[in-house]
Amino acid sequence: MLLSLMIFIPLLGMVAVLLLPRESEELIKRATLLFTLIPLALAVYLFIAYDRSTAGTQYVVNVPWIEAFNIQYHIGIDGLSVTLLLLTALLGPICVIASWRNIEKGIKAYMALFLLLETGMLGFFAALDLFLFYVFFELTLLPMYFLIGVWGGPRREYAAIKFFLYTLFGSVLMLVAMIAVYLNSGDPGARTFDIPTLIALASTAGHALNDLNFQIWVFLGFFIGFAVKVPIFPFHTWLPDAHVEAPTAISVILAGILLKMGTYGLVRINMAMFPQGLDHFTNGVGFWGNSLALLGFINIVYGSFCALAQTDFKKLVAYSSIGHMGFVILGLAARNDSGITGAILQMFNHGVISAMLFLLVGVLYDRAHHREINGFGGLGSRMPIYTGITTLAFMASLGLPGLSGFVGEALSLLGAYDKFKMLTILSTIGIVVGAAYFLWTLQRVFLGTLNPKYEELPEINGREILTLVPLGILTIVLGVWPNFAIDMFRESVTNLIDVLNAI
Amino acid sequence: MQPLSNIESLLYFSPEILLVIFAAAVIILDLVVKDRESVAVAYLSLVGCLCTFAAVLFTHFSFGDEGPVSLFLGMIRLDVFSSFFKVLLLLATAATILFSLRSEELDARLKGEYYALLLAITFGMFLMASSTNLLMIFISLETVSLTSYILAGFLTHSPRSSEAAFKYITYGAVASGTMLFGLSLLFGMAGTGDLAQISGRLTELLAAGEIAPLAVLIAITFVLAGVGYKIASVPFHMWSPDVYEGAPIPITAFLSVASKSAGFALFIRFFYAGFGSTELMQAVDWPFMLAIVSALTMTVGNLAALPQQNVKRLLAYSSIAHGGYLLMGGVLLTSQGVGAILFYLVVYLFMNLGAFYVVVLIANEVGSEMVEGYRGLSSRAPLVAWAMVIFLVSLAGIPPFAGFFGKWILFTAVLEQGYYWLALVGLLNSVVSLYYYARIVKAMFFEDAGEETTNVSFSTGTFALLSVFVIPTIFIGFINIFYTFSNISVSVIPMQ
Repeated sequence: MLLSLMIFIPLLGMVAVLLLPRESEELIKRATLLFTLIPLALAVYLFIAYDRSTAGTQYVVNVPWIEAFNIQYHIGIDGLSVTLLLLTALLGPICVIASWRNIEKGIKAYMALFLLLETGMLGFFAALDLFLFYVFFELTLLPMYFLIGVWGGPRREYAAIKFFLYTLFGSVLMLVAMIAVYLNSGDPGARTFDIPTLIALASTAGHALNDLNFQIWVFLGFFIGFAVKVPIFPFHTWLPDAHVEAPTAISVILAGILLKMGTYGLVRINMAMFPQGLDHFTNGVGFWGNSLALLGFINIVYGSFCALAQTDFKKLVAYSSIGHMGFVILGLAARNDSGITGAILQMFNHGVISAMLFLLVGVLYDRAHHREINGFGGLGSRMPIYTGITTLAFMASLGLPGLSGFVGEALSLLGAYDKFKMLTILSTIGIVVGAAYFLWTLQRVFLGTLNPKYEELPEINGREILTLVPLGILTIVLGVWPNFAIDMFRESVTNLIDVLNAI
Repeated sequence: MQPLSNIESLLYFSPEILLVIFAAAVIILDLVVKDRESVAVAYLSLVGCLCTFAAVLFTHFSFGDEGPVSLFLGMIRLDVFSSFFKVLLLLATAATILFSLRSEELDARLKGEYYALLLAITFGMFLMASSTNLLMIFISLETVSLTSYILAGFLTHSPRSSEAAFKYITYGAVASGTMLFGLSLLFGMAGTGDLAQISGRLTELLAAGEIAPLAVLIAITFVLAGVGYKIASVPFHMWSPDVYEGAPIPITAFLSVASKSAGFALFIRFFYAGFGSTELMQAVDWPFMLAIVSALTMTVGNLAALPQQNVKRLLAYSSIAHGGYLLMGGVLLTSQGVGAILFYLVVYLFMNLGAFYVVVLIANEVGSEMVEGYRGLSSRAPLVAWAMVIFLVSLAGIPPFAGFFGKWILFTAVLEQGYYWLALVGLLNSVVSLYYYARIVKAMFFEDAGEETTNVSFSTGTFALLSVFVIPTIFIGFINIFYTFSNISVSVIPMQ
């Protein structure tokens, strides 16, 4: 009930916002903020009240929905989903505050779409029925398309439709795989979309879902669907466009949550449901056995080098996201304790850090109206607070020990080293390059002589600091006390590894 | 139950009789009422639809437990399947009458004939949904075709409309001639016109080796020409973009929904009742042929829709593509497949009629049928623009709208039969289709209207009618009862 409330309160908020008159903009913003703060409060409560000692799903709701196809409204949380629910619920109000001043037209439609998007994301992380999972997954597409297309930058139309088409392409393949799983789950009448049931069936020897060949194909179907979202090379090209054109708050959601939907799906469906399929792509034998790790490696190195070449601040952050998601893939491919723990932690950390980075880029853009890294210089003397927070975010992102980015990446690499020694060693190039582009950016934007054009640039204001402080605190806390998050999903990871080792 | 005699049948034929009576009444009323602006005939036809609806319910429930009945010595059948389609067709007709009331392109002097013809075409479609005899199938198809030629050419002052009617009639004549030839072949082989008996006769003859499977396949293909023409499947689709573009918008909406539904009713009954037995399918591989036709239809429809600038024409191609999706359910007609077609037709009725209603509204208020005319609509008429988004996104098959649920059960039915390639073609096609639907959305939301910035206001009635289409488009997928349509298909299987 609590969980359903959390998912559908933003939807209720959307209806409420739509009923408000268009002119009362302040009221609309406050209402939206309220409707995103309630899920946050509930998420914090769930985070505290969640029983960490068990891997089982908690706060389960399971009621029939479409009986003819045995579809249920089945939601629940385990350690992984509660972590990501917290991240989603946290970024909700932050994005509303970040959109407070710089959305000029159609604030009502913007907020309504944003609330719809939040329902889609929250529902996705809580869904335990494959069909429901898919519906929530797709529910995020439409609001995102409008949010980029209407409120985005100069090339917004192109970026919006590219995002939409890429993701839809991935998800139709996922749909085929999903229906195939459903049809093979039992005799007519006994078929199911229930994720826990399917996971159990898939590891039952002799069941149709247990067949290696079948698992490989459906693994691929789901994988492409999620890979577009992560994004994994070569499905990544929508991301730089979407990020550059999207308004700040939407970039935050895109990097912070939507990318995590891809990796969450990989863990929840691809790994847990198709362990044999996973084994085929991660057993370290031959090309296919190394393929997933190879993709992680490519993401890390390719993303980092692309970031190094960028002169657009936002594009740099976008490519750095591709690189950092590579660590998640590498960690998952290792499928051992430290690899998976590192990957999940990295998902959360990247959500926090990339959200900070995009907010910071937004702050600068709102003042200077461009993002050309070489066009600044010496801002450190003009905006000391801004410079301080940016330095914190950069350091966290490049993996400085003591900040959160380090822990996730180190654990992922540690796990991966066990299985893919060469690829892991080569992947560390990405960390070096990461340090290079962040430090170089720091130098170009904040150090040196102040560009005379920006002598009057105002310092970061209270509202903007308000959006950044909670995230900054999280990066420090998770850097020195990672168990704060790891404790949440330790049991879930152990459980997952048991499933993986059972084959 | 034995087929009823002609006299006994009349009572169960009351919906059709009522339609004819009201069609005649509309003509008479039009002669009596002198006022050109009067809308009395339109309302009389609406009443006609309502009375017919009551009659459909009456006949449907009056045969009760005795099961489906054959009327007129086996010419037509009254079963759940035909009642389902009658309700669907009445909905489409009523919606078309309401659209026509709002449309400003129709000639006021001809409205008596117009509404009478609408009721007449509905009568023909009723017969299409219930015919079980080859002869009756042909007659019903011709009734519908002849009436639709006139309706397509109803804008007498518009050359495009006349061109549409002419093209329609030329293609139609060829298609029905081909179909008639196919029917005569079947009749010649089986020695009977009754669909239920044809199946058994052909199976026997094929088993005995007295006729070649190829002969049956040729006959089926010829019949498919006629049916394919009605549902605008490749390669019999060429008429539809021109006709849809040239015809009055309400008629385009009507043809794209009602004509297609009636075509599918006939298609399902013909193939499912006549050729659905396993032995026949093994001897004559018509499902494979249909799979090819289906894949081609959706691909051609979607690719041709991509460059269109005229929204009516774009929706025409999109409706060809939807015919292709629907045909997927017809490949290996299982009860799931038929159920999926019926479900999709219901969904399609609401979303497609809704989209056409927006086209009517925009044509009236903005005076344009082109995509450019939709620019900046999000600020000029936000509610209508959002309604259009819902229809288009639903047509593209994206959750949570009904179009997604429709596609999903279609694809499930196809995958269940192992046609993985067909499902993949279908799904990739929906990705393509999103692109052209999004072009309209883009014009409405991402582009500015230019000088035209005045708000367009609509009456409350308009919004009420719009919500009649919007609400089902959002919610049908969430309602359990709609997923039980596969039970309806059982009634189509003939009594032996």
